[in-house]
Amino acid sequence: MAVITMRDALNQAMREEMRRDPSVFLIGEEVGQYQGPYKVTQGLIQEFGEWRVRDTPIAEEAIAGVAVGAAFVGMRPIAEMMTFNFSLLALDQIVNHAAKYRYMSGGQVRCPMVLRGPSGAAAQVAAQHSQAFESWFTHVPGLVVAMPSTPSDAKGLLKASIRDDNPVIFMENEVLYNLKGEVRDEEYTIPLGLGDVKREGKDVTIVAWSRSVQRALEAADLLAAEGVEAEIVDPRTLRPLDEDVIFDSVRKTNRCVVVEEGWRYAGFGAEVADRVQRGCFDDLDAPILRITAADVPMPYSKKLEKAYLPQPKQIIDAVNQVLYR
Amino acid sequence: MKKDEALAHYRAMLLIRRFEERCAQLYVQGKIGGFLHLYIGQEAVAVGAMGLLRPDDYFVTSYRDHGYALARGTDPRPLMAELCGKIGGISRGKGGSMHFYDVPSGNFGGDGIVAGHLPIAAGMGYSIRIRETDQVVVCFFGDGAVNEGAFHEALNVSALWGLPVVFVIENNRYGMGTSISRASSVKDLYQRGSAYGIPRQDVDGMDLLAVREALGEAIERARKDKQPTLLEAETYRYRGHSMSDPGKYRTKDEIEEMMSHDPVRLFAKHLRKKHRVAATHLEAMDKDVLAQVEDAVKYAEQSPWPAPETLYEDVYVRSPFINARAADRDPAWRAALSEDRVPQEFPVPDDAKVGS
Repeated sequence: MAVITMRDALNQAMREEMRRDPSVFLIGEEVGQYQGPYKVTQGLIQEFGEWRVRDTPIAEEAIAGVAVGAAFVGMRPIAEMMTFNFSLLALDQIVNHAAKYRYMSGGQVRCPMVLRGPSGAAAQVAAQHSQAFESWFTHVPGLVVAMPSTPSDAKGLLKASIRDDNPVIFMENEVLYNLKGEVRDEEYTIPLGLGDVKREGKDVTIVAWSRSVQRALEAADLLAAEGVEAEIVDPRTLRPLDEDVIFDSVRKTNRCVVVEEGWRYAGFGAEVADRVQRGCFDDLDAPILRITAADVPMPYSKKLEKAYLPQPKQIIDAVNQVLYR
Repeated sequence: MKKDEALAHYRAMLLIRRFEERCAQLYVQGKIGGFLHLYIGQEAVAVGAMGLLRPDDYFVTSYRDHGYALARGTDPRPLMAELCGKIGGISRGKGGSMHFYDVPSGNFGGDGIVAGHLPIAAGMGYSIRIRETDQVVVCFFGDGAVNEGAFHEALNVSALWGLPVVFVIENNRYGMGTSISRASSVKDLYQRGSAYGIPRQDVDGMDLLAVREALGEAIERARKDKQPTLLEAETYRYRGHSMSDPGKYRTKDEIEEMMSHDPVRLFAKHLRKKHRVAATHLEAMDKDVLAQVEDAVKYAEQSPWPAPETLYEDVYVRSPFINARAADRDPAWRAALSEDRVPQEFPVPDDAKVGS
């Protein structure tokens, strides 16, 4: 068991899969000679050459579209979005092409590709470079959406995403790239659609994913000092969603708080809350509460940025509320 | 072109013409719904192109897509059934007029988004370079597509990386109701190729032999030199943009002028002169084609409607990397197959010499 960063875990996943399968290639802005805008793809062009690690012009629709077209004829492309903010320029390829060709063709084609890169809030880069996109992509049938919160999950889920035959939207987080964690030495994958309990507790269930898991863990430590044991459930994949791991927890704690970094309005947390109220109605002792970002574009000033993002204190307040403390 | 081949080309053009005339009737009768974009008038482009492709080549098209599948030799029966929304349709009634796919023949579909398939054509070309085969991709689109951003992105990377893709603009002069002169700063659309430093040419799209010659050179260039080409076929659609468009933005004179260069009649003339084909032979062929179309209509009418449970099929691929217990709460995952409906095999890249 080695302790490595999320960045290195992702790099290992791609390197191992590219060694294993010559159909896998990587395409994106600065992924090759520059070694990756966030150094996630460091060293790959040296090992695999420019056809399998393709630097592109700044042309997101071409990056995604080339991946989609190659996937239709049996390749396994990994398309990197420098950040998911720029995936809006590729949205037609993802939503109207990658996700729909299998359906429109009556099952004649498949699109085994991964579209990956950082999503979520970064640090003081303002409204166009700092936003959460999970609610956009989870809305689309035909897509799989994965959002790891630890190096170990990142490696196992990315390897599974590359091998899976569906288009996978794989959202990383810029702030988490330096997060360290234990990663198994031996070969492994983690199934898409399998959640994980990140902290056990009996008093309240906190559902969180990606960077929100860190905030929830911070809140849970502070709550523990007050004698409240929070259980943190990380679905890891948002589509398909592992209801079992969430429901099992809520049936034990009878209380549920959902934390997300995206906007409240039609955010993915609302989907979780809807499922929990239907699946665990008789088990709930309090309304399901949601902690989200503020419903405004991300501001630049660090004071405002902090006010925009969900903070551990808000999670603690919500937990106290559902516990009627 | 030898006589037999020439006759086969004529028959293919005739089939498109008669098939689509029948489509228009079925649309009026309410048996075909949605958008129905007819290709009548443009037949020489699809037929000229398909005669040049190898069985292992790929092509992608715009939504005015009936002609390519028919020219490629796809059975008209599942195509007509698709138009009627039946389970016997080539896309099981899920695609309709704009989404004819026949993957075993290299047909990766009619795309409903203007220029949306151009980056996809580039991606197929990229796969060919990685695998080091000598396949080519032909990408058909209308004049409206050249003003989309995807056109620029796809042509730039195709030129930059040397992708074996032939981009064919079928310039029928109107993007829906807006004429070229009101939509493009440059009227000779093929000249846009100069922006990417790639070979470019315009050709009379009503003349099958001219289309063949220009496309033949472009395909060879893609196959041997790994270089894309931008080809402009000047053609004309006789009907409106779709069945709901009476086409009032065009003058009667213009339509009559273009119809006097009808690609089917022009090629019939060639057959009679060059190959000494008797008029009675062509008439007999027409009857035969009409019977083939009627047979397709019959097949479509007899094909059952899709059962409601097919609604959830063909969204996902079942795979061992998905937690089935969680996924199967969603009917689209429960209905997912691990195979494609027509299993495909693609060349495997040689790891040792990828893209060398």
